[in-house]
Amino acid sequence: MESLNWIVPLIPALSLAAFLVTLLLGKWVIKESSHWLPILTMAASFVLSVVVFWKIRGAEEAYVITLWEWIKVGSFSVPIGFQVDQLASVMLLVVTGVGTLIFIYSKGYMHDDPGYYRFFAFLSLFAFSMLVLVLGSNYLLLYFGWEAVGLCSYYLIGFYYHKPSAASAGKKAFLTNRVGDFGFGLGIMLIWTTVGTLNYTEVFEKIGAGGIGQSTLIAISLLLFMGAMGKSAQFPLHVWLPDAMEGPTPVSALIHAATMVTAGVYMVARSSVIFASAHEAMLVVGAIGAFTAIFAASIGIAQKDIKRVMAYSTVSQLGYMFMALGVGAWVAAIFHLVMHAFFKALLFLGSGSVIHSLSGEQDMDRMGGLMRRIPYTYWTMLCGAFALAGIFPFAGFWSKDEILGINFKDGAYVIWFIGIVAAFITAFYTFRMIFMTFWGESRVEPEVEHHLHESPWVMIVPLMVLAALSVVGGFIGFPPENGPFHKFLEPVFAQANHILGVEAEAFSSLDVALMATSVGVAVLGVALSYLFYVRRPKELPQRAGAAVPWAYRGILNKWYIDEIYNATVVRLVVDGSRVLWKRVDVAVIDGAVNGVARLWDLGGRIVRPAQTGRVQNYAAVMFAGLFVIITAVLIF
Amino acid sequence: MNIPVDWYLILSAFLFIIGAAGVMARRNMFIVLFSIELMMNAVNLNLVGFSRFHENLIGQNFVLFTMTVAAAEAAVGLAIVTALFRNKKTLMVDLFDTMKG
Repeated sequence: MESLNWIVPLIPALSLAAFLVTLLLGKWVIKESSHWLPILTMAASFVLSVVVFWKIRGAEEAYVITLWEWIKVGSFSVPIGFQVDQLASVMLLVVTGVGTLIFIYSKGYMHDDPGYYRFFAFLSLFAFSMLVLVLGSNYLLLYFGWEAVGLCSYYLIGFYYHKPSAASAGKKAFLTNRVGDFGFGLGIMLIWTTVGTLNYTEVFEKIGAGGIGQSTLIAISLLLFMGAMGKSAQFPLHVWLPDAMEGPTPVSALIHAATMVTAGVYMVARSSVIFASAHEAMLVVGAIGAFTAIFAASIGIAQKDIKRVMAYSTVSQLGYMFMALGVGAWVAAIFHLVMHAFFKALLFLGSGSVIHSLSGEQDMDRMGGLMRRIPYTYWTMLCGAFALAGIFPFAGFWSKDEILGINFKDGAYVIWFIGIVAAFITAFYTFRMIFMTFWGESRVEPEVEHHLHESPWVMIVPLMVLAALSVVGGFIGFPPENGPFHKFLEPVFAQANHILGVEAEAFSSLDVALMATSVGVAVLGVALSYLFYVRRPKELPQRAGAAVPWAYRGILNKWYIDEIYNATVVRLVVDGSRVLWKRVDVAVIDGAVNGVARLWDLGGRIVRPAQTGRVQNYAAVMFAGLFVIITAVLIF
Repeated sequence: MNIPVDWYLILSAFLFIIGAAGVMARRNMFIVLFSIELMMNAVNLNLVGFSRFHENLIGQNFVLFTMTVAAAEAAVGLAIVTALFRNKKTLMVDLFDTMKG
């Protein structure tokens, strides 16, 4: 166990070193080879993460490594420390494993980009930030990592900084995140004023000991969840994620599918003890998760850009994870997090491969019939699609079904129903994407068709690895709620489960019925999508859209959320700024400063006439003064 | 007959005031210089008067010095007037106001 003392800090340190070296030397020295150091450090971190996984399995308590004292003010003490437990280990494996694959993929995808070294440098910085977030032993380190990944996200979304849309998308991501972080920061401060410490072990001990007011716990939970809403793109702070597709596709895959957006889920899971003690907060979490799941899925049906479909899908699947957290199914949520990382990264990288093959085309209206032209991309994406739709026995089925099953058995029938409907919609839009892209006749533009080629091996191999994981990955959760994955994570959530009074249940016929329902619904979705987009692609979609025009327009326009925000919040802030600018800064502050200068000028102007330049006048004044002095002397 | 000191002082005062008035009120540069000389001679008269009053020669001694200084100063003053005239072609003092403001 003691070897963890140097293994664990090394994991983020490697990425930090890669970032610094690549950033400083990338432009002039390393240039075209900028990918080597980041890829090697990520791979090394993955190996180390496997070692950590091996060592921490079965541990009853978390292993905390304290490096040094960071802040010490009076009784407020925050160390730089890492906490290693099974939950952290799972996150490490996901971040470093999927990360390595995406880094390798990026070598091919970003090949000709002039900002090659910048890209890899900031990918490494992101890796460092995410690893600190996941390994931190206290809420302040979590917050540091949280903000740092937000910064990297801003930077990488706006990577093509010459494009105004990309720059503004990065800004939007960061600002929306900050809104959530406002609540998150308040939550952390409230934790400190309540229990006097920010270290996980101490906080959970004190909260578990009892004696803290229910309303305080609910407040803390809701404030923390506000941060999760921003980071994990839940309604109403989801607006940044679709715009984030402006960034390069590997960024979308890594940050906005597999890792950064899952930080919110991780944080809530990490704070399971707090949430378990605040039942009402959990209801809010579950409700928002369910609403987001179906809300985003509905928008995904009508999107034309292949990456936008995947973006809304991510928002929707994150909603599922929060649905699980809302009923205390911590392990189910993390399970779905891992499965989702596999198939969503696969789907994003796959769509990147499609875009690459089509020389930059992202509009599905101009795709079609690519099945035979880019077979590797097709078959790997098909695996990802089956996983996302939740078809047995692919990865997504196990985790999604577990979430829905636990919700049903816990009595949250409404949430279960919303989840089922969302699953149907998910299957529909997922296969809509597959059919529109790969099946049917080719709608590809002739010039693009000319250059149509399968992507290079450096891009295909990661797809294949992720496809394999999407197919068999789910079995770590078999049997449902009692698989190796669950047993592995059990010690982490023992305290929270104890508070909730959760007991393990046996696998029953109800479970089978629920499984059948979710698979059935998914298959229905696929079938309907087949009907719409393969059998009658020219008439059915249009007729359906025409049948409910208001709904169609609604989903096409993302339910006008952005427009509402623009008209209210944005208007308020911009107009407020303008008033502050013109009325306060220019008129008052500049006025005051200029006014002082003008006062002095006025004074001078009044006194200046005394300087006539004529010597006679000066002599006269001197005599007058002399007269006054003599008179004064004579009188007094 | 004994002339009282006061008469010397009053005469000296009158002359001084006339000189001062000339300095302040006349426009011709030469007249201003003459007025300055007048003021200086008024002072000399004052000193001589006191010399007679105290019956020693200290006052007259001092007058010799001031008269020398007056002569030197008159020479310098006229040189300045000449330079000024060459520059501005006028002798009117109130027209020299380039140091105004």
